[in-house]
Amino acid sequence: MGLIAGLTVFVLAVFIGFEIINKIPPTLHTPLMSGSNAISGITVVGALVAAGSEHSTVASMLGFIAVVLATVNAVGGFLVTHRMLKMFRRKD
Amino acid sequence: MTAPWLYSSALFAAAPPVLLTPAWRVALIDLSYLVASVLFILGLKGMTHPRTAVRGNILGSVGMLIAVLVTLLDQNIVGYGLILAGLIVGSVIGVVIAAKCKMTGMPQLVALLNGLGGVASVLVAGAVLFDPTFFIGADKLPRLDVLIGTAASGWIGAITFTGSLVAFAKLEEYKFVKDFRFSGQQALNMALTLGSLSLWWPIAAGPSASGGLGLMIFCYWLMVLVASLLGVMLVISIGGADMPVVIALFNSYSGLAAAATGFVLGNSVLIISGSLVGASGIILTQIMCKAMNRSWTNVLFGTMAASGGPAVSNDEAYARVKSTSYDEVAMLLDVARRVVIVPGYGLAVAQAQHAVRDLTTILNARGIQVEFAIHPVAGRMPGHMNVLLAEADIPYEMLKEMDEINPTMGQVDVVLIIGANDVVNTLARTDPRCPIAGMPIIDADKARTVVVIKRSLSPGFAGIHNPLFAADNTLMLFADGRKAIIDLINALEQV
Repeated sequence: MGLIAGLTVFVLAVFIGFEIINKIPPTLHTPLMSGSNAISGITVVGALVAAGSEHSTVASMLGFIAVVLATVNAVGGFLVTHRMLKMFRRKD
Repeated sequence: MTAPWLYSSALFAAAPPVLLTPAWRVALIDLSYLVASVLFILGLKGMTHPRTAVRGNILGSVGMLIAVLVTLLDQNIVGYGLILAGLIVGSVIGVVIAAKCKMTGMPQLVALLNGLGGVASVLVAGAVLFDPTFFIGADKLPRLDVLIGTAASGWIGAITFTGSLVAFAKLEEYKFVKDFRFSGQQALNMALTLGSLSLWWPIAAGPSASGGLGLMIFCYWLMVLVASLLGVMLVISIGGADMPVVIALFNSYSGLAAAATGFVLGNSVLIISGSLVGASGIILTQIMCKAMNRSWTNVLFGTMAASGGPAVSNDEAYARVKSTSYDEVAMLLDVARRVVIVPGYGLAVAQAQHAVRDLTTILNARGIQVEFAIHPVAGRMPGHMNVLLAEADIPYEMLKEMDEINPTMGQVDVVLIIGANDVVNTLARTDPRCPIAGMPIIDADKARTVVVIKRSLSPGFAGIHNPLFAADNTLMLFADGRKAIIDLINALEQV
């Protein structure tokens, strides 16, 4: 993917983000932050490629650490968001 | 580290043989990334209502799982032992911290996770530089898009990492990160910004133009170091009250770092999810800034000045403060029709949420309408107070936003302020020189009677006195939040 194609995707996704996030009620802003934080753990995809390509030992080790940290970010983020969201109940 | 048997893992076995040709494999991976991106968008959309939010979060995590699984098909990946180990170790740590984290500690956790996302981007971009196949095109020339992405990824990632760690340490109230200011701080920050940005040039120019691959890699790590320093310096002087803004801002940066990594790898799912998170963080930052009547540049670069107005001593300001008793408050509540509770972070510190829930149940049982007025900066991150009250099983329908409840405050019989101070400080309306001037507040003073539960007359984060405490319709109940509510419940049962 070239720079322009990448930028196109980036800008359009930012607009989608603004449209959706503006509709999220303040009561859910903390779960929104931890949940979107988990989504930014998507860096794990890049880390997997970096760790698995095995062109150089240094690169693999950097990739390995990145896999661990990004996985903590994603798994921890989604689970703690789930824990929080389960607490939001309706009045019986 | 390579486990050959994994080459024929379940995914490969399940796919028809035709999918194993490289072109089909790339198509399968890209289509799956599209599915993952759609799931992330639908997941965020689910967050627009508490009813659908759990499902939304699950959709997001399924998207992540799909993205990770298909990435294992990427033909650049030749060894699986290392990455499986990484995935397992990371998952275990993630599960443990998610299960152990207290709800009051949520801002710290989010700060920490933001930082991890940032440093992961730094490492991925750093690893890519060791492997020229990523950034040298078919025409043997360096690819500008990849290299700019690499520089951006390392830069934003490093600032996010160290800035988030300082925010984490401040929220944990570690002593060594007390607000730290010195003259020339602005100049130093500017120098660090320009210095780190100027190192983008040798990275973007490619190995031959920058004097060899080794020098280029050196420049990258030097830039990461300078940007890390910048991250520390940006946050070190920001006060605790401004941390919600800082966390929201770094939330945005962690997304932008992921998006930059997407440019490095030419990976659409990284770009899309990174920009979604970036947008989310920016909106939250704006909301927080608006709620404090400050601009984000003012939060990042300005100082929260001490009151510029004439100094009023506590004795003078609080000469007419009236102290009250539990019995008196119980009687007031018993004859009220509408009660509004204004919670602040002090309520969570005193662990009073469950006691407040019990009080709410008792008042509801007597036919008294109870609502909670939540200021956008109550608590320590956006929406924090709502989570703390939800944890105590207080239904979200009872939680009202400031803008929703303020027009009706005149019809409220009793306002109960627990552990909140600055968000009900009327000086914000009356004194244009005070540090919170113009900040929207909850109009507690407009209610018929205001009861403030507070340990002492000490000031809030802003460090100024609060005229509401001395107002004619205000009664002060000096006690610890949790104990006060329990005693109040006892008094109510005797009315």
